[in-house]
Amino acid sequence: MTRNVLAVDDSRTMRDMLCIALNDAGFNVEVAEDGEDGLGKLRAKQPDVIITDINMPRLDGIGFIEKVRADSAHRTIPILVLTTENTPDLKSRAQNAGATGWIVKPFDQFKLVAAINRVVA
Amino acid sequence: MASSDDLRPTFFAECLDLLESLHEGMSFIEDGSGDDETVNIVFRAVHSIKGGAGAFGFAELVAFAHEFETVLDAIRGGQLAVAGEVVPVLWRSVDLLGDLVAAAQSRQPVDATRSERLVAELSDLAPGSVVPAESSTTPPEFEAIPFEPVALALGTGDSATGDSDVHVYLIKFRPLNALFVRGNEAAVLIRALAELGELSSRCDTSKLPGFAEMKPGESYLAWEFHLKSAATLPEIHQVFEFADDDCDLEIVALEPAEHLSSVFAEGQVPAPSDMGAEATPPHSPLLSAAGPPGPSRAVERTEMSARVPAAAPEKSIRKSTIRVETGRVDRLINLVGELVVNQAMLTQCIQESGAGDERNISAGLDDLKQLTGRVQDSVMAIRAQPIRPLFQRMARIVREAAAETGKIVRLETTGESTEIDKTVIEQLADPLTHMIRNAVDHGLENAGKRNSAGKADCGVVSLTAAHRSGRVIIDVNDDGSGIDRDRVLRIAREKRLVAPEENPEAEDIDALLFLPGFSTVDTVSNLSGRGVGMDVVRNAIRALGGRISIASKPGIGSTFSVSLPLTLAVLDGMVVEVADQKLVIPITSIIETLLPVADKIHALGAAHVVRIRDALVPIVDVGHVLGYRDRRAGFERCIFVLTETDAGSRCVMAIDSILDQRQVVIKTLDDNYGGVDGIAAATILGDGRIALILDPGDALFGGSAADATEFNLSATG
Amino acid sequence: MQQAVNHATTDDPNFVTFRAAQQEYCVDIMSVREIRGWSPATALPQSPPSIRGVINLRGAVVPIVDFNLRLGYSAIDPTPQSVIIIVQIAAQTIGLLVDEVSEILNAGREAIKATPDAVQSADETFITGVITLEDRMIRVVNLANIVPGTQRVPA
Repeated sequence: MTRNVLAVDDSRTMRDMLCIALNDAGFNVEVAEDGEDGLGKLRAKQPDVIITDINMPRLDGIGFIEKVRADSAHRTIPILVLTTENTPDLKSRAQNAGATGWIVKPFDQFKLVAAINRVVA
Repeated sequence: MASSDDLRPTFFAECLDLLESLHEGMSFIEDGSGDDETVNIVFRAVHSIKGGAGAFGFAELVAFAHEFETVLDAIRGGQLAVAGEVVPVLWRSVDLLGDLVAAAQSRQPVDATRSERLVAELSDLAPGSVVPAESSTTPPEFEAIPFEPVALALGTGDSATGDSDVHVYLIKFRPLNALFVRGNEAAVLIRALAELGELSSRCDTSKLPGFAEMKPGESYLAWEFHLKSAATLPEIHQVFEFADDDCDLEIVALEPAEHLSSVFAEGQVPAPSDMGAEATPPHSPLLSAAGPPGPSRAVERTEMSARVPAAAPEKSIRKSTIRVETGRVDRLINLVGELVVNQAMLTQCIQESGAGDERNISAGLDDLKQLTGRVQDSVMAIRAQPIRPLFQRMARIVREAAAETGKIVRLETTGESTEIDKTVIEQLADPLTHMIRNAVDHGLENAGKRNSAGKADCGVVSLTAAHRSGRVIIDVNDDGSGIDRDRVLRIAREKRLVAPEENPEAEDIDALLFLPGFSTVDTVSNLSGRGVGMDVVRNAIRALGGRISIASKPGIGSTFSVSLPLTLAVLDGMVVEVADQKLVIPITSIIETLLPVADKIHALGAAHVVRIRDALVPIVDVGHVLGYRDRRAGFERCIFVLTETDAGSRCVMAIDSILDQRQVVIKTLDDNYGGVDGIAAATILGDGRIALILDPGDALFGGSAADATEFNLSATG
Repeated sequence: MQQAVNHATTDDPNFVTFRAAQQEYCVDIMSVREIRGWSPATALPQSPPSIRGVINLRGAVVPIVDFNLRLGYSAIDPTPQSVIIIVQIAAQTIGLLVDEVSEILNAGREAIKATPDAVQSADETFITGVITLEDRMIRVVNLANIVPGTQRVPA
């Protein structure tokens, strides 16, 4: 059964890249351009996994994760953070907010898919 | 990465947008009108450029963007205040970032010394907050996995399988509650583990309470696995990469002897998670994991097909956009042009056949005309874009020019959102650059002179754009010393451009600057150099179908005013007949039409004028000045068309009759012929014949040299 | 009559030959875009006499040069038999009004000889050489000079 991914990133290039990489790997990809947009897409259709950036306008990654987790319906969706940042402080903030995992950009297609396979059946 | 080349245009297009918001944000920050969100926007712009650049491997761009981003982070975190010397460094960083993007796009090398110097300045600004750059050019690795080195069983223990790389690992795994909170799932992890080799498991259910006492969200189960796998210890740890903070985990590679002794004899309990997980496949006592089919196969695929997804229409909050190849837009514009001609032809045929009097038909034709006009307007608007990026480029020119001349200059812009045809914007860059450089170099005085003139140290160059009566008006103004008319006249006389006995008016002296080869500069300055005179600028403006004029007040400043047509390809015109020739007069320059009244017409020497209200307006015998026939004897049987140009010059054109009013498609004469006095361009009428379009601003009709227009329209060919 | 010209590739150059003022002339076929009949041209003010005006060639504005007049002979009085040869000279498209088109000639390169002194000197600027064929002397037109050069009016 095809798995659904919600990819949230304010960079058009990154959204296109994720679409290509994940479509190729057999996923259905929905995109959003910031946290607010992501919440909207989430309410419309529940994905099997969420991939999100940190730095975004309107609602950033951390805020987005917190809001997702606050909704009981989405308490257990795996959320992978995909960002260029790598500071321990930011990572623990994301973890505390409820992020499942952390992937550093630029990403390797195979490794991204492998990481997704570790959090979603 | 497969298809990354397909995404290069996307990335660079996005960079352009990001650089634009970067400019805008920096302007707000500079003049103090920015707030926290502005700094965030600026930070994110650089951050996004860095992120994309990393994906494409643009090392220099990533490296510099990272340094820039670090300083911006310090600003947004409050550790660095935006003051004094910070702003120029930031601006130079913005400029360098733009250059690095352009270099990456054109695959050109970059001058490393410039980056190094700026990086040094940036790190001076925010010492200590510069985090060692991530090596984004090396293959990406996931975060380092903490593990303790374990004594590995070496030796011949694996000879039973004949494969010396295969080990057996003992894995003890007890999820903590937090594991589920963060969206991890034991079953998924176990399955991922199973993919690495042969897995056998034993579940410890000792902590499992009765059903009634079970709390959702709490973890009660633990497992002990034996995994026979060729994977290395780090690879096995990687399965638990995201979860290892949230579980008790122990992974040990076993000695062969230990392996043999720990084969499980007892029955195994299947271990689905209690947390509403998907149904897991029934576990057999010995999980055999021979690479299950399904989506995970994707990981093993080494051959990726380069599939390009259809361009997904982006939904942005503000407006929806799609990307269209410019060739398609150009073809569409041409087709619509043909449509206009066709509609005119049809109308003419119908009217000539007499059927045009029929009420329904004439109403239908009117509707068709309206509709065609609206289609045309909409199509032309597709290529229209805000002039903002061009103004931002000019801001940089001002900065550079100021630095090179040692003057303090500020650029003020108004009307950045004024929309102009894209091709016009591109061709405006050079002439505008010349004008701005001139303004800084010649127009503005240095600080000392300004002070003695009672002006502030900082010179102001202002750039404005606006729509006015169907045209786009762009003004370049400086508050400098104005044109030195005595000097200009003297040099003009030296160059024999002005006869000794001539005494031109102030405006005419200013207009001398537009003559070729005219340069008032005694010393060749760094910027304006030699030979880049205003005549080059004027030709460029004319090639766009525009006009340029100059106004100046000594001691106060000068203004160059550029007037461009909004839509290049069409024109509302009045079709008239003169000496059996059909001509077109642009509607925008027609004030009114009149019948000649004898006692209002007076002779002034060889010329004639007509009194219109309080003014005497010269009459132009169009048939004669265009060489169609001899001078008219009298004006009894003609019609007067009063025209006025943007610059205010008026004349009354004497024509034989008015035929029609319609929208015409402009066809240039320049491609195959050249310029004709009094004529702006040509058009094709309904009968397929060519009619010439008059230029009311031409000297032939009384306009000054600075007035004349040329339409050059490569879009319509 | 209107024909587009098919540029077949052969080693030997092909020429379109035509008559003007009882002489024979030709132009390299590679410059010829099409051949069409006469249609009335819209006069251009202040143009040199040999420019008859401009015509509409499928949406493009193309000036027409009266070849006879250009060479110094008397102007052509266009009839339905008159022909306009549309040629491409660098980036410019123009039409040559001639009395009639004779044929398409395939001539070896060696056939082009230098212009003999016998040919009137007035022709020199407009001729690059001659092709002799039996008793015919066909003058090869120098297209670069055929358009009266003063159009580019510095405006």
